[in-house]
Amino acid sequence: MRHIISILMENEAGALSRVAGLFSARGYNIESLTVAPTEDESLSRMTLVTTGTDEVIEQITKQLNKLIDVVKLMDMHEGPHIEREMMLIKVRAAGATREEVKRLADIFRGRIIDVSDTIYTIEVTGTSEKLDAFVGAITQTDIIEVVRSGVTGIARGERALHV
Amino acid sequence: MPDIRAFFLVIGFAVTRETKQVELTGAEIFVRSLVEQGIDYVFGYPGGAVLPIYDALYQQDELEHVLVRHEQAATHAADGYARSTGRPGVVLVTSGPGATNAVTGIATAYMDSIPMVVFTGQVPTALIGNDAFQEVDSVGITRPCVKHNFLVKDVNDLAVTIRKAFYVAMTGRPGPVVVDIPKDVAAARAEFHYPKRISMRSYSPVTKGHPRQIKKAIDLMLTAKRPMLYTGGGVILANASSQLTELTKLLGYPLTNTLMGLGAFPATHKQNLGMLGMHGTYEANMGMHHCDVLIAIGARFDDRVTGNIDKFCPTASVIHVDIDPASISKNVKVDVPIVGPVDQVLKEMLKVLKESKQKPDAAAQKAWWKQIEEWRAMDCLKYDRDSELIKPQYVLETLYDVTGGKAFVTSDVGQHQMWAAQFYKFDKPNRWINSGGLGTMGFGLPAAMGVQIAHPKETVACITGEGSIQMCIQELSTCKQYGLPLKVINLNNGCLGMVRQWQQFFYDGRYAMSYMESLPDFVKLAEAYGHVGMQITKPEDVEPALKEAFGMKDRLVFMDFLTDKKENVYPMIPAGAGQNEMILV
Ligand SMILES: Cc1ncc(C[n+]2csc(CCOP(=O)(O)OP(=O)(O)O)c2C)c(N)n1
Repeated sequence: MRHIISILMENEAGALSRVAGLFSARGYNIESLTVAPTEDESLSRMTLVTTGTDEVIEQITKQLNKLIDVVKLMDMHEGPHIEREMMLIKVRAAGATREEVKRLADIFRGRIIDVSDTIYTIEVTGTSEKLDAFVGAITQTDIIEVVRSGVTGIARGERALHV
Repeated sequence: MPDIRAFFLVIGFAVTRETKQVELTGAEIFVRSLVEQGIDYVFGYPGGAVLPIYDALYQQDELEHVLVRHEQAATHAADGYARSTGRPGVVLVTSGPGATNAVTGIATAYMDSIPMVVFTGQVPTALIGNDAFQEVDSVGITRPCVKHNFLVKDVNDLAVTIRKAFYVAMTGRPGPVVVDIPKDVAAARAEFHYPKRISMRSYSPVTKGHPRQIKKAIDLMLTAKRPMLYTGGGVILANASSQLTELTKLLGYPLTNTLMGLGAFPATHKQNLGMLGMHGTYEANMGMHHCDVLIAIGARFDDRVTGNIDKFCPTASVIHVDIDPASISKNVKVDVPIVGPVDQVLKEMLKVLKESKQKPDAAAQKAWWKQIEEWRAMDCLKYDRDSELIKPQYVLETLYDVTGGKAFVTSDVGQHQMWAAQFYKFDKPNRWINSGGLGTMGFGLPAAMGVQIAHPKETVACITGEGSIQMCIQELSTCKQYGLPLKVINLNNGCLGMVRQWQQFFYDGRYAMSYMESLPDFVKLAEAYGHVGMQITKPEDVEPALKEAFGMKDRLVFMDFLTDKKENVYPMIPAGAGQNEMILV
């Protein structure tokens, strides 16, 4: 199953490579990985999407917890949560397709953030599935470039990951 | 992605008490910190990047530096020191090749969870990343085989980083920690504060097992009809041998040790069925296979122990005590997990057990022991005692007798290692020193140096083969320099025996590169290094030679035993087989 794991770690040199190294050394999947400092400069927050059986996910969380730089982590799937990913997509939009692309962007609540005679650049935010669906809806040959941020997530309600 | 290096801040620990303030160089801070930490020996080898540190070492007399002949040996020696004392081993090497040479020893310590702090010199901070002379990314290279590592970029962080390094190395599940010190950091000055205690918000090892789980475990143990205690190196690392011994005797249950756990419970005690696993005893492996309650303590269900995991302990409920939660249910699903320090958990278990009204099922135990004695009667370690050739097993049995079972024994890797584990009966912990997890040939001799340095009055034997000993043979020179009276027991079968055994069994006798041609004359070699050499070729000479060698209290004696080239290690669980599918002699 797919899991989103959020990690608070010391904002130290090499912290990211410890996580990446752990995944490659132990043969775990990483579907996406995002990292940035938090409001507390000494901490970074990493969001990692991985897949595996329950046993594998249990090992992953245990092994992550063993990393000395990891302060705390949370498997988002232990409770209700919100996941978001942002995509910037550059699409050929000339002639007849121009209107069609605009309409699709509207349907997906995307925003056109850059325009030229023949091109729209659109920002779409949502779950990974929604972004997949948007990419699927655009004619493949019209897609020039896709940039995705990787998934981030946050628990609903009182549940929170903080020190 | 933002550059998280930009936020290189030493945050996340709290200094609770400070020592007095003095301005010192980084190199002096290094020395002072080790002294404050209670370190007495550093095993190392100098080079450009650590010259400031060696200069500081030269000008003091509280720390003793042991000069090895290869950095791999420095790490193994520190490791042997740590395994035989329970105190952390300390290593100092230079940047680049010094650091890479140390990697094998770091990985060896990592696999066996040995507390060790390795200081590597680094090129000056301004040159890091420039492919400078003797630069390697030591932190990057060692990352997968350390518990943690640090690059110290500011001399003001040095003392606290050293404190953290020892804290991390020694607590929780121990392991090696690398501290990379650039040359300019060693030369720069700062005030010296060595924190007495330290806490890190990102690292807080468990200090107690969960009482409810402990109670549950005891209840399950007491209902067992066919119980089995399976204990590993974790018991020795936790210094919990006395608690384990008391618990085992109180329960009256059979016990087996892993290769790493030998000595945690007396080998000569009748409840001890010997080692389990690939070359374990028939009774231990059969006991495992047929048990209904498995009590695993400080052991990690390694593949050399379990054999085919699908066939492992098919009828057992499993209790597992371990300091490392990641070891629990990693390979084998556990019914009663207990995360905690083994000594603490065993103390609690003893308390609960003593208070419990329930007692082990006596009738069931009687039947179980009857079955075990039948397995034991197979005498799975038997060998040809009438051979005209020296049997390696005979050398080890005689070694045991001649040393009264009291020696510290280190080993290299191969058949000789397995025979040593089978035939030298360890009644005490910390005396059997071998590379179990990584299986590092070359470990034995330098590890023995570390043991002898830590225990100058004790008898230290290194059991090796003519293959392994040549991987760190240069250390005979170190032994001479420091007057280490080791006894090297070279079981010379003229081949890489363990490799040859596998080729015989599984590759139809195609002995690819498992022979040893052009062996040195070990007697002359020992003499060239300033030691005593002996060659023993006949079984009847084995005992007198051992007696003579062990009588030479102040000399290193290299004993070259020419043993039966065809002898194999039995019993054996072949790859893919279950513990009940052993090959017997
Ligand atoms: C550094 C290293 N290289 C290779 C091996 C693989 N290996 C395991 S046992 C063995 C043979 C050891 O030969 P020897 O030291 O003569 O001991 P014997 O098995 O003959 O007792 C080898 C090559 C190893 N364990 N370590």
